[in-house]
Formats: sequence, C-alpha cells, structure tokens
Amino acid sequence: MDKLLDVENVSISFIQYTRGLNQRDLKVITDLTLDISEGEILAVLGSSGSGKSLLAHAIFGILPENARLNGKIKFKGKELSQEDKEEIRGKGIVLVPQSVNFLDPLMKISDIAIGHCETEEEKKAKKIKQREIFEHYNLGPEVDDMYPFQLSGGMARRVLVSTALLADPDLVVADEPTPGLDEKTVQETLNHFKHMKEEGIGVLLITHDIHAALEVADRIGIFYSGYVIEIALKEDFSGDGENLLHPYTKSLFKALPANGFEVVEGYQPLHGEIIEGCPFYDRCEMRFDRCKVERPELTDVGNNKKVRCFKYEEGA
Amino acid sequence: MELIAKNISFKYPSAKKYLLQDVNLELDNKKIIGLIGDSGSGKSTLCKILSGYVTKFQGEVIFDGNPLPKKGFKPVQLIYQHPEKVMNPKWRMKQVLEESWNVQDEDLAQFGIQKSWLTRFPQELSGGELQRFSVLRSLNPNTKFLIADEMTTMLDAITQAQILDTVLKIVKDRKMGFLLVSHDMDLVDTICDDKIYLKDINAAMK
Repeated sequence: MDKLLDVENVSISFIQYTRGLNQRDLKVITDLTLDISEGEILAVLGSSGSGKSLLAHAIFGILPENARLNGKIKFKGKELSQEDKEEIRGKGIVLVPQSVNFLDPLMKISDIAIGHCETEEEKKAKKIKQREIFEHYNLGPEVDDMYPFQLSGGMARRVLVSTALLADPDLVVADEPTPGLDEKTVQETLNHFKHMKEEGIGVLLITHDIHAALEVADRIGIFYSGYVIEIALKEDFSGDGENLLHPYTKSLFKALPANGFEVVEGYQPLHGEIIEGCPFYDRCEMRFDRCKVERPELTDVGNNKKVRCFKYEEGA
Repeated sequence: MELIAKNISFKYPSAKKYLLQDVNLELDNKKIIGLIGDSGSGKSTLCKILSGYVTKFQGEVIFDGNPLPKKGFKPVQLIYQHPEKVMNPKWRMKQVLEESWNVQDEDLAQFGIQKSWLTRFPQELSGGELQRFSVLRSLNPNTKFLIADEMTTMLDAITQAQILDTVLKIVKDRKMGFLLVSHDMDLVDTICDDKIYLKDINAAMK
C-alpha cells in the first residue's frame, strides 16, 4: 500500500492580542504526526474543543490569517505548499464537513455538488456523473432541486458524502461526521467510509466518538493536549486494554461504561497550560522524574504503532 | 418525592401530528431511570416539559404533589448536551456559577474545577470543563430532581466517568431524583436501575 498523506510534527499557533498592542502566541496543536495509506481509515480521536479540527483546516490550507503553521504536510510524498493545497483540494483530497451548515443555503443541492464549471459541456458531463453517484447513494432526482434546509439528517449526510466522491479523490477527510445523528444514520454514515476504503481511498476520520472510531478505523491516533500521544491498532482496544501503550489511552479505554467506568482524576491541560515535560505528567501513574522536565518524542514501536512515552524508550 | 407526568400530549403549532401523545411517566428519587428513544422521538421535548421549560402542552406534571412552580427557582433542573449554549458569553465563569448559588471551594474541588478557570470566559474553556460548571451550577441546594439530556455525549470517556461519578454521589447524598437520557446503551446499563423506551409509553409513535 502506498502512503497517501504524511503529517510530520505539525504545530499550529494563533497570534492573539491580550491587552492593547501586546500579543501572545497561543499554541493549540504542538506536535501532530500521523500517516495514512491507500485503503486505510485512520481516526484522530480527541475531546471536543481540543483543536483537532484544525488539522483538517491545515490540510486544506484554510486556516485563518492569524494562525501560524509549522511542520510538514506531504501528499504522496510531496510536501504541500499553500499553492499546492489550493490546487489539490476538492480534487485529490476532499472534505466531508460536519453538517449541511457548510453548504450554501441559497443554492440547490445539485448545483452545490457540481460546483464551478468553465463551460456548458463540462457542466453537462458533471451533471450526469453527479446523478449517477447520487443514485448510488439512494438520492432520487427530486433531491437535485432541494435546498439544504429541506434535507433530513441522513439525507444530508448522503449528499455530503456523494458530493465528496464526485471528484474521484484519493483521500477523504471527514470532520466529526457522526454527532447529532441517530444510531441508524450513524451506522449508515460509517458504512460509507467502509465502502470508500474498499475502493482504495484513504480516509482521515476526525472525531471525538470512540465508538465510531473503533467501528471503522484501522488505526487510531489519540490526541491529547495538542499532541498525538499514541497511534494504536483498532485490535488493541480489546480485553483489558493490555495492548494499549500510553497510560492515557489505557485509562480512556477503562473509563468506557462497558469496560469498568473507571474514574481517573485530573483534567486535560488546555492550550497554554502545558508544562515543559510530558502533557500527561500530572495524571500519570507510571511517571518518572524526567517526565516533568523532558518531553518524550513520538517513537515507532513497530507494527505501524507509535507512542509518546519514556516507558517504551529503548533500554527503559 | 415523585415527579409524575400525566397524559402528556404535545405538538408543535405548525405540525399536524403529535410528537408526544398520552405519555405517562412516574419517577422518584429511589431509582435512577434511563430514558431511551430514537432521535426525533421527542425525548428532549419531554425533558423540557418535565423541567418546566415548555409550558404549552396538554396534561399535567406533578412534582411532590404540586404542579411545577411558574416563578422562581425550578426544583427540576435540566442539563443539556452543549454547555456553551447555556452560558452568557460575556460573563466570566465565576459570575455564571454564582448566578445560581454560592458555591464553596470544596464543591469546586469535587468537580475538579481549577480556581484559575473562574476568571475565564466560556469560550476560553473546553467542552468538558464547561460541562463541569454547567452541572455544578444546576446543583443548587434547592434542586430536587436532575434531568441529564445527553449530558456527556460530547465528552471523552474519562471526563464522562468523572462527571457522572460525582453527580451520582451528590444525587445519593442529597436524596435527589435523577433521569438520564442517553443513546449510549452501555452507559444506561452501567448507571441506571431501570430503563424506559419512549416508544413504549408514547401513543404517537405506535
């Protein structure tokens, strides 16, 4: 399988005015590293408000002006500049947004799906293709003339998914595709991602919903306080969580109602509150002294897994 | 202490069909009940009726032998899924909390609220942190019954366990009633003594 997307040591910070002309640099993402191959679903799991959606914005080059992006985002081995991102978005890489609020409320669905066309012929060709894909997703001809507000939750999701696939993408980025949907629609949405995977498309699923992530993803990247602290295989989330590596991931797994509902004290430090050492230091049960002052790197532990913890360092 | 819904029927003025029809429900402070139903089945509307937010409906809600008070503090408090939507964005968190009651330091500690958070505005806190405030705010000493409508759906599993663990302790201590609305069956099975399917008690859905 070929690598599609490589995100290497990406950090995102915002320049904020505090008082008068004083500025501060607020780091929201400190170190985000992950990779996706063809036909693979990788979930990025983080709590709401942790800034994980910014990853999607960084990939598409739509961060706000006061944001500063560092690190590398590579697509098929080539590092993307802002110009490359503008060229590639909507073609090689597409976004499945969270809800129909991202659609133009005054445009008909089929016009939104087809998008901008230079010539009449292009428009006709795209229209035919759009109809085919919509049909495939069980959206009848009447949907073409509807406006976004007329769609039900499940229909809206099918529209967003089929619009994304209209471009024949290599990579789909889905930002929180499941909240606010009932169980049946969630299942249907997740099945769409499974089909994409079968067709060799890579899927980056950004979510806070651990059940959704476990249902479809091959690997799961755990996002904590601006860091990816572990990339685990789906199979590791089983039994007693003994195959999970990072202490946070272990506690997260054990806190699920079905796995014991265990309570761990403390809270996830927010942007600007993180100590110089490991972001999980305060809550960690197996911490070393060095964890307070030194920050572990995300290290490869084989089998496509990674972890950011001194416990798994060689010789430790 | 009992919270009783008698023959509750509700429809939106523009709708033809009833959303809730002849719903009967008896809740008390002895058992923790989980309420389950498909989305759109009227769970949230029922919660709003039970807590006195929606007043235009047919039937009655009886709390402790009397109808819900129309004015003043509501003894049945409702907590929603999105804490950021129920807080004044221009107030600091201290003001948000104290709008309800005079919270002591040990209450803050119980919910894991850092003192430094009190001087922040709601948008400067994460969803999990805000929900801690939202829950603590609702636990005014006059609160007798708590309804949690998808209270922890947006939170990670650890924060969910923390918040619910604390709430359940307080509910038990103060002998309050607690109704949990959730679509997470594992969660309902873990903390509830009994569960109710809305479609079983709602004639409009049959």
